[in-house]
Amino acid sequence: MIEKLREIALWVDDRLHITKLFESTAGHHVPKSSGSWFYVFGSGTLLCFILQIVTGSLLAFVYVPSAAEAYNTLNYMTYTQSFAWFLRGMHNYGSIFMCTIMVLHMTQVFLFGAYKYPRELTWVSGCVLLYLTLGMAFTGEVLRFDQDAYWGLGIGVALVGRVPLIGENLIHLMLGGPIIGGATLSRFFSLHVFLIPGMLIATISMHLRLVLAKGINEFPRPGHLVQRETYEQEYEAIIKKEGVPFFPKAISKDLIFAALVIFGILFCAAVFGPNGPSGTPNPTEIDTVPRPDWPFMWIFSVAALLPPYLETVILLVSPVIFTIILFLLPFFSGTGEKSATRRPIAVIIVVIIYISLAVLTYLGQMSPWSPDMQAWTGDVTPAKYLVGRSPLELQGAIIVQYKQCRNCHAIEGIGGHRGPDLANVGTRLTRDQLTRQVIQGGGNMPAYGQNLSPEQVSALVAYMATLAPNADQAARNSTFPGKPASESAPRIPKARVKSPGSS
Amino acid sequence: MLKLGLALNVLAGALVSLPLIGYLFSVLIEKMELQWIKLGAVSSFPEGETRLASYQNPYRLSWDGATSDIPCWVRRLTGNKFEVFAINCTHLGCPVRWFSESKLFMCPCHGGVFYQDGEHAAGPPPRGLYKYQIKIEKGDLYVKGGLIPSLSNKV
Repeated sequence: MIEKLREIALWVDDRLHITKLFESTAGHHVPKSSGSWFYVFGSGTLLCFILQIVTGSLLAFVYVPSAAEAYNTLNYMTYTQSFAWFLRGMHNYGSIFMCTIMVLHMTQVFLFGAYKYPRELTWVSGCVLLYLTLGMAFTGEVLRFDQDAYWGLGIGVALVGRVPLIGENLIHLMLGGPIIGGATLSRFFSLHVFLIPGMLIATISMHLRLVLAKGINEFPRPGHLVQRETYEQEYEAIIKKEGVPFFPKAISKDLIFAALVIFGILFCAAVFGPNGPSGTPNPTEIDTVPRPDWPFMWIFSVAALLPPYLETVILLVSPVIFTIILFLLPFFSGTGEKSATRRPIAVIIVVIIYISLAVLTYLGQMSPWSPDMQAWTGDVTPAKYLVGRSPLELQGAIIVQYKQCRNCHAIEGIGGHRGPDLANVGTRLTRDQLTRQVIQGGGNMPAYGQNLSPEQVSALVAYMATLAPNADQAARNSTFPGKPASESAPRIPKARVKSPGSS
Repeated sequence: MLKLGLALNVLAGALVSLPLIGYLFSVLIEKMELQWIKLGAVSSFPEGETRLASYQNPYRLSWDGATSDIPCWVRRLTGNKFEVFAINCTHLGCPVRWFSESKLFMCPCHGGVFYQDGEHAAGPPPRGLYKYQIKIEKGDLYVKGGLIPSLSNKV
């Protein structure tokens, strides 16, 4: 009986070449030093991609890629169909894990010099995968066809519209017409579900083929330089001396990491749930605060922080320069030192990029540059900024509120953060300066001269001049430093003056 | 023989690619012209006020859903003097909101601010709000619309 089974197995193996396939792939010999925790990110990214295909294909069982219906099917999946909310969560966190682990993989490859001779094209194909994966993240955001998706497309249009000469044609190609509509979602669906995944699978195949053909990078030894003439013999010697089959000798850490990744995705999906959908994709519902998904949050921040005159140039030119440097890296730095311990500039570049991305993403979440649209109706003025004021000054406090000053100016942290906090404005600006600033604007503040009567300006300035916490010295005109405080200093209300020692 | 085979396939490839390219670029080949669209009766917009109005995208497809409703800001100065602004901020296209008390349009994305006449007031936008061409016929206000405005096409 056993003999018979063995015979069948041998026949199957002979016809399908399974052993040969195994020997040339999972069984190939790798340097023992590559069985390291630093080498788990590539397989982790691939695992995420496979999970994305599984969850994505299943989501497509229900999702209808129609501008009229997509939102309804998203809601149906999220609230009605069993487990669909969980799959949406897995797909969302799968994408976040995939982007993150991919960047870690890329960082490791960069710091370990794995892109150097003879693995230049492995690096280049990896760069293609980076862009394709980001393409998946953006098209996926559009497929979650809600308010954020609609206005995210609007931001895309505005960016593409800055391209000189062909901007308009590019917008038509991107949207499938002159305006966001049914044709737009259909083409993003095709990109997200057919075209980009197809390109990803093809490029991943090439990437893996190259890993097999040129071997896994050995753990770099400081001081051991890569030379075109000798590297391949050296690598062969390493494999001969301390080569081990990837399976079962070097795969264990990949397996542990893979399981952790799956646990992580399941945990996040279960605890945090799916992302959105937010409001309906109805452009007439304009009470919205569009934000991109987190992989693009840093771009959102960059667009807020660049000086306007440089914006178009930097937004359009820097990605091109960055791409060229990225793709050509192995060709101008193809030999020499591999170890990060002797490549300080490489380490500094990585640190700078990580810190920049982290800070920009954090700023994007906070968006201090965005007016707080509800501040003027919803935010309170702390009592200590009202107590003891005269009727004229209180009139000014009301104007601060209903003329929407609070949308951009907080009072003691409450309100918008676009402009400076008003809690201590009386110590920074004299009455004359306050009047000028209100009427003429400037320094990124609109001029209110046409929207305020002279009486309103007097009330507003009278109130703001009292905004000096703890009876701090009022702002004074330097031309007349000795001038009595009556004109330029705030009139500190008695109730708020604290004598030392009182609580 | 091999040369003939290759030549035939080059020809076949060219023939296949023509309709594919034509299909892909049809949005550029049959570019749609802007059209006059009725926004409503002149009398429905009070003088001296700015109101949100919306119109149907003239190239509406039946599966567009709510995306074919395009909003815009209508400012009636006096009588038949109107200004109609696109909803999209000139910075990155987010929808600007009108605040009648401070007479400002504010953008929720990067803090672009515009005056009531659409001029740039503050923030990163490179220009004032996009203005529609308008006309008044038989007591109705029309705008010339049908595309999403951007720096390369300003309605």
